[in-house]
Amino acid sequence: MAEFRLPKNSRITKGKHFDAAKGSSNTRTFAVYRYDPDSGENPRVDTYKIDMNNCGPMVLDALIKIKNEVDPTLTFRRSCREGICGSCAMNIDGGNTLACTRANDEVKGDVKIYPLPHMPVVKDLVTDLTNFYAQYASIKPWLQSRTPPPPDSERLQSKEDQELINEPSACILCACCSTSCPSYWWNSDRYLGPAALLAAYRWLVDTRDEATGERLDELEDPFRLYRCHTIMNCTQTCPKGLNPALAIAETKKMLVERKY
Amino acid sequence: MSLRSPLGRVLGLGTAKDGTGHWWGQRVSGIALAILGLWFAWSIATMSGFSHVEAVTFIGKPINALLLLLLSVTMAYHSYLGIQVVVEDYVHSHGLKTASLILSRFAHILLAVAAIFAILRLGIGS
Repeated sequence: MAEFRLPKNSRITKGKHFDAAKGSSNTRTFAVYRYDPDSGENPRVDTYKIDMNNCGPMVLDALIKIKNEVDPTLTFRRSCREGICGSCAMNIDGGNTLACTRANDEVKGDVKIYPLPHMPVVKDLVTDLTNFYAQYASIKPWLQSRTPPPPDSERLQSKEDQELINEPSACILCACCSTSCPSYWWNSDRYLGPAALLAAYRWLVDTRDEATGERLDELEDPFRLYRCHTIMNCTQTCPKGLNPALAIAETKKMLVERKY
Repeated sequence: MSLRSPLGRVLGLGTAKDGTGHWWGQRVSGIALAILGLWFAWSIATMSGFSHVEAVTFIGKPINALLLLLLSVTMAYHSYLGIQVVVEDYVHSHGLKTASLILSRFAHILLAVAAIFAILRLGIGS
């Protein structure tokens, strides 16, 4: 059955508290999920009081400050710090987003930071995305065409054709959408999830691609595609402002169109 | 523990090449129910205060009997499709899932047939 309570060893306990340096006037509390599988202990929430006068504006700045100055054991992924690599996707203030593009000022009260929901946790804020990446690979995210490319030029697209793939190509695979989807929580072993389906749609509408039929065949499945129940958490949470829910709806429409 | 590759696990048993009919059927029956539901709400309002004989006469009219038959069958169909989705979402043990789906199908067919029988009996007479 679906799990409505966390397993015993995943239930969160109260953690340590780290105070800000003495004399800091502008402080903010960050509550951060901590879990170390090697310790054998349950996950906990540590709280850090941070001097905001000496901290950058984004949640990622605060996390880096904590790691550098307060607690070097805190583990999280980050790379580009400008919303293009997707590494620092996590659950901030109850919603999935990128720590590097979410400003501390956008959050009211304490800043609560958890890993992406319903994913196996490797350590602290780092989740295991193996299945997520395999799902992306399964939709064959590359151009498939029987017509050979022109010998002396690239495959051409009109401006209108390009605009069709413009938005879906902007996905950075941060996994915010898929891990915000209840259907993905319950059935991620069989449901591809919004990120992989948005990527599939990107190739379905690519006018240079000639495998549309085969791609639709691969998607037409009660679980792979039709576990989407139009909850639309994906679109609401996407830190890049993309619309996976619309892409999925358009894919369903294509399947109806070729059937009836 | 299995050493099967992550991609192998995702590809699993392959695609069922199915689901579009189910999805479309749920939407179309939903539209039908919205229309039939309006008629049903109007009928219930009309029937308030009816005596038993008046109610039987009302349901027995061909147009009312026909619409009531359509409503019952569409409702059973729509409900079956919906419950199937719920079971597939939440029941993960293969045996329990199969048993629940079979049981749900039987129950919905029983409901539909019982409704058809009752309406016909009122419409045509026993």
